[in-house]
Amino acid sequence: MKLEDLKQRPAGEPMVWLTAMGLALGTVMVVCLLWVIFVNGITVFWPKPVYQLELDANSTHRVSAETNVFAGAISMDREITGADDGTREYQFFVGNKDIYGFMYKFVPQADLVESDRTKLTQPKDIMVAERLEYGNAIFYPVSMQLGTNEVLRAETPDFTTKLYALVEECNERRAKYTALEKKDIGRINHAIRKIDIQIKALTANKTTKEVQADAALTAQIDAKEKEKEKWNAEYEILAKQAEEMREAQEKDSLTYRLVTGEEKTLPLGDFVHIYQPNQFGFGDKVGFFVSQFWGFLSENPREANMEGGIFPAIFGTFVMTVLMSIAVMPFGVLAAIYLREYAKDGLFVRGVRIAVNNLAGVPSIVFGAFGVGFFIYMAGGTIDRLFFPDYVASKVPYFGTGGILWASLTLALMTVPVVVVSTEEALAAVPRAVREGALACGASKWQTIQRVVLPASAPGLLTGLILAMARGAGEVAPLMLVGVVKLAPELPIDSVAPFIHLDYKFMHLGFHIYDVGFQSPDSEAAKPMVFATTFLLILLVVVMNLAAILIRNHLKKKYSTSAF
Amino acid sequence: MTTLMSEPETQETSKPQPADQTAAGSTEDKAVNDSETLIEVKDNFGFNYGSTQVLFDLNLRIPNRKVTALIGPSGCGKSTLLRCFNRMNDLIDGISHTGDITIGGQSIFDPALEIISLRKKVGMVFQKYNPFPKTIYENVVFSLRVSGRNNKALLDETVERSLRRSALWDEVKDRLHESALGLSGGQMQRLCIARAIANEPEVILMDEPCSALDPIATGKIEELIDELKTDYTIVIVTHNMQQATRVSDRTAFFYLGKLIEYGETTKLFTNPQEKRTEDYVSGRFG
Repeated sequence: MKLEDLKQRPAGEPMVWLTAMGLALGTVMVVCLLWVIFVNGITVFWPKPVYQLELDANSTHRVSAETNVFAGAISMDREITGADDGTREYQFFVGNKDIYGFMYKFVPQADLVESDRTKLTQPKDIMVAERLEYGNAIFYPVSMQLGTNEVLRAETPDFTTKLYALVEECNERRAKYTALEKKDIGRINHAIRKIDIQIKALTANKTTKEVQADAALTAQIDAKEKEKEKWNAEYEILAKQAEEMREAQEKDSLTYRLVTGEEKTLPLGDFVHIYQPNQFGFGDKVGFFVSQFWGFLSENPREANMEGGIFPAIFGTFVMTVLMSIAVMPFGVLAAIYLREYAKDGLFVRGVRIAVNNLAGVPSIVFGAFGVGFFIYMAGGTIDRLFFPDYVASKVPYFGTGGILWASLTLALMTVPVVVVSTEEALAAVPRAVREGALACGASKWQTIQRVVLPASAPGLLTGLILAMARGAGEVAPLMLVGVVKLAPELPIDSVAPFIHLDYKFMHLGFHIYDVGFQSPDSEAAKPMVFATTFLLILLVVVMNLAAILIRNHLKKKYSTSAF
Repeated sequence: MTTLMSEPETQETSKPQPADQTAAGSTEDKAVNDSETLIEVKDNFGFNYGSTQVLFDLNLRIPNRKVTALIGPSGCGKSTLLRCFNRMNDLIDGISHTGDITIGGQSIFDPALEIISLRKKVGMVFQKYNPFPKTIYENVVFSLRVSGRNNKALLDETVERSLRRSALWDEVKDRLHESALGLSGGQMQRLCIARAIANEPEVILMDEPCSALDPIATGKIEELIDELKTDYTIVIVTHNMQQATRVSDRTAFFYLGKLIEYGETTKLFTNPQEKRTEDYVSGRFG
């Protein structure tokens, strides 16, 4: 026995490295993707310091034609493309779109005056304001006009405290009148719309003369009109209340001056949040971050989805995914049971199985088109004809148009293969001994499946559900055809009877990303929104999957067969 | 009975011709007489998986309220025969049989017979314990539940009776509503026995019930079999010849799908009439 012989390496060892490399590559890609989304999505909410800087006299990168001075927060810091000497340029968020016409400005480091190149100055008193329109403003306050005659100068010691308190008051008032408009006035609008459709249905296909000639019809219409008037009267009262509150928003106003010298006066009701980022300690920053993040989660979008929160999109995605799961699970599981347990293996069954598997490879937009044709026109149209003749007569589709129900069913159809395949696998994994045990006790085949096989394969079924949810929640293309909209005025579940509105159009995170990222005029401003929305979509999918995984683990503990 | 035993074996040694088989049957009649017989395999029972024949020309009578052991080397068809008794083989595609099996005089291949009703009369315990992923209680009452009997008092009574009968009651009475999967292997097998007797069957089929158990658990199951035979007819397939001698009253030795020798256990083990039986029970092959 020679050492040389013993040093022979076993065959195939390098393959281990190859497999490890494959896994490592995949992991690195996934981690990088998640990291980029996470960092970019989460830093949107972290307050950034605002700098006041001066440009060289001959710089071409002025923010304002009048002066070399400008203020902004750095949103990007990069090497100039093509520069070999490592000179850098900054992208500043300068805000004040209403005055400058843009919100972002690239400034090369070399264009800054000598002193600013080494140390960027952060003025303490500079303020940043989130507004209802035109995005953020960066300014120094000048004065506040309280009511018609009282003026509070910015130099007054309690100026900022007072300003913040008044803005907070405006926010509360805004919340109140939005709730009023959404809930109560929304309910009235619903009722009025319904009556309108009924009236339209009554007069459909009839000329004015015919209507006037028919006394019974006229009486009917009059009754409806009376009903409508009653609602209108109620509406007037509420609308007046809302109007009063809206007017109160205009009562006080703030005059501010930009770093570049322009002055502007805005009513306090136009501000959402005013803060001084350069005075923030760490605690303040964390607090700001939390409140911004929460606002993003819980608020409605503003300004063509570019500002504000994305709550309707989160909610829409969630409701759609839940509806999809409710639709796909029974359907897929029953199909899989027949396929695995009852169907005799043969050419036909094999064909069905191949077809089901290939269904997973059909482009999702095809499912969207099918959804329009089958669900919306055929199913929806039939439902309208059978149950909502008023809507058909007045040519307003009720179910015969895109909505959350049709979107969910379309996605359910798309994810059926996932559920069928994983259910089949789960059923096949139930040990034969357990089935035989049940049959030997005198159980019929169905009883065996129902009482023993299905509970034992429940964890596997949930795996199918998890995969289906992950696929369904992230899908965008088919949804654009079957009910997703850029801005949905109402949520699919609300406080107006019948509470769950399956016919409503809805917002969706995936579509929101597409809309904000690729359909908005200001792509720079959209970038942080896109990252944050993507981050939230992934978070939502993760949370829903975690819930399913927890249930699955619970079931596994309960049903895991120690035998085999 | 013992003297009669020798005769079929001699028949087996000679060419198994139809006439001899009938003769074997007739001698068996004396071995297990009509009144004692519960299960009868007759008319040269044969069994095929597709085109492969696995059982040939079987004729035997299994006595009521006795333990009958089926022994033989792997692949000899003893499990197949056992699974014919409750028609468990029906799960497999392409099976066919010749001849007949009767239980209590009733042919089990009668087209009018419901397999489910048959299985309620013929319980089965499997090689590997296979409790359902349910509570101990639900495991025992499973057969009642599937026949639609959900009366709480009846179920409770059945659980206690079956668990007592399978000598498990004292060990599990405080955790009837916990998962059956938390029991030890031996306990699970006794639970499976309790499950099989909950329905009050006439016959209990046991397919190597102790092969997955340690010696202590095996001992308990064997004791249990001994007790159960007062009320039930037990047919047990075993690889363990000591076990066959310990628990069974009668033993049938199978080889390559044929019944080689069938008789009283003590007789078959101490004084086998057949060379192959002798070789097998003395451990020379198998």
